[in-house]
Amino acid sequence: MAGQDATPAKAKVTEPQAPEALAPTEERIFVASQWQLMWWRFRKHKLANVGGVVILLFYIGAIFCEFLSPYDPNAYEKTLTFVPPQRVHLFHEGQFIGPFVYGLKRTRDPVTYVITYEPDRSKIHKLHFFVPGHRYRMLGLFETDVHLFGLGPEEKGHKVYLLGTDRLGRDMFSRILYGSRISLSIGLLGVFVSFAIGILAGGVSGYFGGTIDTIIQRVIEFLRSIPTIPLWMALSASLPREWTTVQRYFAIVVLLSLIGWTGLARVVRGRFLAVREEDYVMAARLQGASELRIILRHMLPAFLSYIIASLTLSIPGMILGETSLSFLGLGLRPPTVSWGVLLQEAQNLQTVALAPWLLVPGVAVVTAILSFNFLGDGLRDAADPYAR
Amino acid sequence: MLGFVFRRILYAFPTLVMISLVSFAIIELPPGDYLSSYVAQLQARGERVAEDELAALKARYGLGQPIYMRYLKWVRGVLRGDFGVSFEWNRPVSELIFDRFWLTAAIALLSTAFIWAVALPIGIYSATHQYSISDYIFTFIGFIGVGIPDFLLALVLLWFVWSNFGVNLGGLYPPQYEGQPWTWAKVMEVMKRIWVPMAIIGTSGTAGMIRTMRANLLDELRQPYVITARAKGLRETKLILKYPVRIALNPFISTVGWMLPGLLSGATIVSIVLSLPTNGPLMLKALLSQDMYLAGSFVFLLSVLTVIGTLISDILLVVVDPRIRFGSVEGR
Repeated sequence: MAGQDATPAKAKVTEPQAPEALAPTEERIFVASQWQLMWWRFRKHKLANVGGVVILLFYIGAIFCEFLSPYDPNAYEKTLTFVPPQRVHLFHEGQFIGPFVYGLKRTRDPVTYVITYEPDRSKIHKLHFFVPGHRYRMLGLFETDVHLFGLGPEEKGHKVYLLGTDRLGRDMFSRILYGSRISLSIGLLGVFVSFAIGILAGGVSGYFGGTIDTIIQRVIEFLRSIPTIPLWMALSASLPREWTTVQRYFAIVVLLSLIGWTGLARVVRGRFLAVREEDYVMAARLQGASELRIILRHMLPAFLSYIIASLTLSIPGMILGETSLSFLGLGLRPPTVSWGVLLQEAQNLQTVALAPWLLVPGVAVVTAILSFNFLGDGLRDAADPYAR
Repeated sequence: MLGFVFRRILYAFPTLVMISLVSFAIIELPPGDYLSSYVAQLQARGERVAEDELAALKARYGLGQPIYMRYLKWVRGVLRGDFGVSFEWNRPVSELIFDRFWLTAAIALLSTAFIWAVALPIGIYSATHQYSISDYIFTFIGFIGVGIPDFLLALVLLWFVWSNFGVNLGGLYPPQYEGQPWTWAKVMEVMKRIWVPMAIIGTSGTAGMIRTMRANLLDELRQPYVITARAKGLRETKLILKYPVRIALNPFISTVGWMLPGLLSGATIVSIVLSLPTNGPLMLKALLSQDMYLAGSFVFLLSVLTVIGTLISDILLVVVDPRIRFGSVEGR
């Protein structure tokens, strides 16, 4: 790490002037590595910390979505369509009985035929933890049927819907959890692919310069001159219809990174050009370090943090891109469950007016995007060595 | 200066050629050629296609010829303003797009005006009152505005107004005006509703613009020339408006670049949610039904307008900012 290379030199310079004047805190800063300094600065950024924790929770939810969700996301219940979210109570008529939901009373409006549900205060369904449900493979390792919560096995025919159901009576809570797996992983994968192309193209461009730099820069300029949304729309619309969901998923990832890499390549190239002129790179070269060593040990630490920050900041764009495309019906398609696919159900006013809880996936999207933005901002501030 | 403009225009040409290639590729992408799908569609409706008509169509699109001939044919048509025919609508593409142009452009212009009118004063205020309570509030709103996708904002607003006031804000005029000529009454109806897309599209743009304006102005306010001007006793308002703001305005000039394609497409997804009679929904429909001449022309026109818009804003930047004019433009 660059910090380790730099500290001995620095210590030698400061020692003769004030050997014992260093306060313990200052000493701590002087000997800290680059990553430690960044971590301390990041810890001070409260909003970024909150964002980081939220994102961590989101990804834990996405990884363990089978365990956390009470029902199969595609299991439907014909008699329980558009059930509003149920409230979890702790007290029944002043008496504590632990978490429970009231039963549902289903009534049909005699004039409009609209079905409405009301809590039936005479029926109590207690929530149980670690209940058996549909079978799944935990982390792809072993098969189990345990779910974090649900109604006890003795209450057959009754269900708990924390976030209501959609037009087919599918549990929105389970669907949002499963959707987070697709939506959040598409962001990560897309950024990973963009990162691979971007760092290669940007690195080559910045390191070699000359003709190859000009060519890559022209290509980037060209890709950026095409408006994103229409291009995404056109390309995803021309994906073959008979493709499987997995093929479609990866096609969308590639589409999103097709434009995403240009921004990253620019960042990498810019940093490369700036760092290449630094004195310490010159010093390393004079001491006879090989090019590879200069790149990996001296230049990379100087901008890796910066790149991580801009990676974090480009994830929300990917998530938003997938959501928008699926929302329009051009991205992922049912039976794949993603936040965009879920929001597609809420596309027109009639449905939203009837079942506003169908907009809840939107809350998830906004929370994820904001958290990534906060986290990215915090990382960028922490990574900037010249920040005040 | 003239040399710079000339060079910039010259640079745009290869980009335009590449754009035409990509657009043509999009037209050609769907499996099977469009003519046979068109014929199949006609036959499914029970209509018969005359042999000579088929031959004429074939000649027109150069089917059966190698792909580069088809491309050249298409480019020649585009240069003459002929973008081909939409098979879905059975009308020339240019006519379809032009039909909806004025409304789309009106919404784009209004929402840009909205963004400028809101973001400029707030950005200046936030920068000059850094870390004040109002600055924090504006920054927070800005963050939220960046985080909420505009189509979600549109949906929530539609729902909110519907459930509280019983008014459906979707569309630009009540259904009875659909397909009617532009009478005074229809114009009035449009006037009554056009603020909804304007505000929604504007809000998402405003948030980002406030942040850029604030950051830019903060950088400028730390410059020595500001201190000099202050030391010479220039009044604060005049000082800020005359010098730093002028330079911090650069991002606003850059908006011209994306305003131009916006005139044509509008904010595509919001228009679809709000079911506006603009070009955005038309493009989505074209894509969903693989009406590729219409879709490809959209991509082509939008990209060309983006290139021209960027060109204009680059030239404007050079005109406005003397530092760019006399400094190295390439090094920016």
